[in-house]
This record gives sequence, C-alpha cells and structure tokens, in this order.
Amino acid sequence: MSESFISIRDLHFSRGKRQIFSGVSLDIPAGKITAIMGPSGTGKTTLLRLVGGQLKPSQGSLSVQGLQIPELNRKQLYQARKRMGMLFQSGALLTDLSVFENIAFPIREHFDFPESMIRDIVLMKLELVGLRGARGLMPAELSGGMARRVALARAIVLDPVLMMYDEPFTGLDPVTLGTIVSLIRELNESLGLTSVVVSHDIHETFSIADHVCILAEGKVAAAGSPEELLNSDSAFVQQFVQGKPDGPMPFHYPAPDFSQDLMQGADSQC
Amino acid sequence: MLDTLQRIGAFTLDTLSSLGRASLFLVQVIAGIKSTLLRPRLLLRELYSVGVLSLLIIIFSAIFVGMVLSLLGYVTLVDFGAESSLGVLVSLSLIRELGPVLSALLFSGRAGSALTAEIGLMKATEQLASMEMMAVDPIHRIVTPRFLAGCISLPLLSVIFMSLGIYAGYLVGSVWLGVDEGSFWSQMQSKVEFGYDVINGVIKSMVFAFVVTWIAVFQGYNAMPTSEGVSRATTNSVVYSALAVLALDFILTAIMFVK
Ligand SMILES: Nc1ncnc2c1ncn2[C@@H]1O[C@H](COP(=O)(O)OP(=O)(O)O)[C@@H](O)[C@H]1O
Ligand SMILES: [Mg+2]
Repeated sequence: MSESFISIRDLHFSRGKRQIFSGVSLDIPAGKITAIMGPSGTGKTTLLRLVGGQLKPSQGSLSVQGLQIPELNRKQLYQARKRMGMLFQSGALLTDLSVFENIAFPIREHFDFPESMIRDIVLMKLELVGLRGARGLMPAELSGGMARRVALARAIVLDPVLMMYDEPFTGLDPVTLGTIVSLIRELNESLGLTSVVVSHDIHETFSIADHVCILAEGKVAAAGSPEELLNSDSAFVQQFVQGKPDGPMPFHYPAPDFSQDLMQGADSQC
Repeated sequence: MLDTLQRIGAFTLDTLSSLGRASLFLVQVIAGIKSTLLRPRLLLRELYSVGVLSLLIIIFSAIFVGMVLSLLGYVTLVDFGAESSLGVLVSLSLIRELGPVLSALLFSGRAGSALTAEIGLMKATEQLASMEMMAVDPIHRIVTPRFLAGCISLPLLSVIFMSLGIYAGYLVGSVWLGVDEGSFWSQMQSKVEFGYDVINGVIKSMVFAFVVTWIAVFQGYNAMPTSEGVSRATTNSVVYSALAVLALDFILTAIMFVK
C-alpha cells in the first residue's frame, strides 16, 4: 500500500452520553478511492466531519497529510479546509444563489479574481459535471441528481487534494447513479485526488473503491480490498456484503423481551 | 420534594449553559463586524430584508396607535379642560414608551422570526456546515450581517414609529376633534426635551434592537437541525424577545424616567 494520506489512530468520539467511536484506527491511502461503509447511524457522516475538523474527537489522533487536525487553530484549520472538498448528503447548495453563483461562491470568498476568470473557472467545472447549460437555474429548480452534480462542481472548484463524498449514491435514478459513479472515478484519476466515499450501497461502492473499511459499533470491523472482503470468511462481513437480515449484526435495536413488552400494556410509560 | 429540587437544579444549569453559549456566540458574531463592514453589499441586502420590509407594519401600527392615543387622551383631558396638553400626552407616551416597545415587539414578529427561521433552515439543510467546509465562517458570513442589520434598523424604525404616531395623533386631535393647533405643538415643544426624552427613547430602542436580534440569530443558529427544531426555535425567538423587551423596558424606564 502507498503512503497514507489520512491516518486515524484510536479515535474516540461521543455525542452526549452516546459513544459513537470507541477506538477507530484506519489509514486512507493517497491517490486512491477509499470507501467507508457501515449500517446507518454508525457514524460515517460523523467521521467525515471529524476529518474536516467540524467536530473534535475526545481522544485519539487524526492527521491529514501529516497535519494533526484536532490540534490546529482556527486559521490553520480554515487553511487546511481549502484543500478539502466535501459533497454533502443533501447537496447543501445555498438556496438564495443561482447554480453559477453557488459554484463561484468559494472563489469569491477567498480570492479577488476578475469576473472573466471566475466565469471561466465556473464554466469549466460545470462542463465537467455536464451542467453548463443549467448555470442560470436556482437550486429549487434542480432535480436531486442535478443538485448533487452542482454540489460536486462546487466541491472541486478550489482544486482540493482530498474529496469526501457523503452517501453520493442514495436516492438517485439509475442513469444519474451511473454518471456519479463514473464522475467520482474520473475526478480521482484526472485531478490526482484522494477520495473518501461514505456509503452503504455495496454494489456501487465495491465497483469503484480500491480500499474498503467497514465500521460497526464504534470500531473498524473489517478492512481490505473489495475482493478480500467478498472472500472473507468472517460471518459479520459476509452478512454485511450480502445484505442478509440475520447474522452477527442485529436487525433490532436493543429492546426488552417482546412478549413481556406486550404484556406490560398500559401501565408502562411508553 | 427531592424531585422538584432536582428539576429546579437541572433547569437552572440548563439556562445557565444556554446563556453561556449565547454569550460565546455573541462574541463570535461581534468579531465578524469588521469583515462585514468591508463588504457593504452584504449588509445592504440584509438592511433591505430586515429593515425596509418591516416598514409597512411599523407605519400601519404607528398611525393607528397614534390615533387611538389621541382619541383616548382627548376624552380624558377634556373633562379637566386640559385638552391643550394633548400634544404632550401623545408625544411623551410614544417617545418614552410605546414607540420603542411596540416597534420592538412588531419587529421581533416580522423580522426576528424570519431571521430565526432562515438561519435555522440553513443549518437544517447543511448549508452552514457546507460553508464551514469551504473555509467560510458561517457566523461571519451569514449571522453578523443580519445581526448588524437588525441593530441598525430597529432604532430607525422606532423613530419612524414615534414621528408618524405623533403626526397621526395631531390629525385626530387638532384636525378632527378641534384641539387648538398652536397649543398642541407649542405645549409639546416646551414639555418634551430632546436631550432627555428623545435620546432616552432611542437608547431604549437600541437596547431592544440588540437583544431582539441577538435572540433571533442565536435561536436560529442553535436550532435542532430538523423541521420541528426550526419551528420551535422560531416560536422561542418571538416569545423570548417579547419577554426580554417587556422586562428590560421596566428596568430601563425605572432608570431613565423615575427621578
Ligand atoms: N447533531 C447531532 N446531535 C446528536 N446526535 C447526533 C447528531 N448527528 C448525528 N447524531 C447521532 O450520531 C450517530 C451517527 O450519525 P451519523 O454520523 O450521521 O451516521 P451515518 O452517517 O453513519 O448514518 C447517529 O446515531 C445519530 O443519531
Ligand atoms: Mg450519514
């Protein structure tokens, strides 16, 4: 494996009383596409936010290109974020700006470029995602797939070295899904990025990832190349990869015995 | 008993920690003032949506409050043959009390709630988080211009409220009910001191502007990122603003006008 771009060691994080990570260690290799997988609610989005420095771990280390993210001061953190692009689950376009202005937003905020140059950069990025013709639309006029592609164009507008995708495959029609999958692949190769894809869609993720980490119950449950995981003999990995409802990973949220719960009836509070 | 004590304790801790967070937030908002002033276009836009769009309701209410005040004042004063003091009564009530307080209450319903909902929705739709990831501070970029716009608009709106209210009072008192025009204005001139009454009225409305806008932007920024959370934050924004304005009004009045 090539040198690691992001290196996470013994990471702990909790929300209120709920422990979300209890000792995650993983490496994300440079120039590759790494997938972070796991059931909903395991903290995949949280992990991306920790990498982006929006949340601080309670314990453990997290470095991106050798920089200890939790120890950076505000200014250094903002400097580091200019080299990261993040595609949010919802797209998170600014609703009061047009498609063009949304993509121009990071440039206008950080640089004093002349208008013609901003226009060139924005149109170039829009062409890359195939939406040059939609530059005048408002976010409310876009379909879900288009919004995600606009958000993708915005995420790469400052030419990041790291791209993070939060659930890029959910809620898309098959054609848009195909476009997004190939865009992630192409961007990673043509721009020389390091990509992190968070997802729970086995099929699409395994088709583009070089390396996969599966999170469960606050830890890394398994890691390896897609082939290694498909051929793994761990019961948990097999359950996850094949999407079986029964196995080591429980389908039910922890609860008291069902028949007892029913018997208690109206005297109990909930 | 122990339970009640425990609940009171938890409530106090909760309130204190909210106050602490709101104060920290305020410090961050104020730290963004310089960069906002360097980009006047952002501020102008917010002045328009916070201030200009609140004008209509302020104008409308000022006219009716002024008319009612004059009408009721006349009915009372005329019994004592003191209707020539109508101008003083109308203007002092509006300048010292009704102008600042009513504008603040109307402003929190019209503009404060809109600020809370807007910021809360931006949070719920991850727009604020995405700004952070684009290395843009959402407090400086989104909150500070709105906060400044509120602090500037409300005092101006209050002055408009006072002036229009007094003029509407004059129309009802002199033009309709026949109070002598000369004594209406001259009594007002001799009894209302600019440096005391007007300045104190404006100071009141500046304090209200600060508090109402602070509550509005904090409630929005602190909202739970769900539709329910945003709706609760909007309600809280209006309710807390009203309570804060009324309580502060009492304190300020006691300090300013009771000798
Ligand atoms: N703002 C928040 N406040 C409290 N708990 C949260 C918040 N965001 C997420 N969580 C909790 O953290 C856990 C992990 O969330 P998340 O990282 O979004 O999971 P995933 O992206 O893997 O579905 C969830 O159980 C969720 O309930
Ligand atoms: Mg998620």
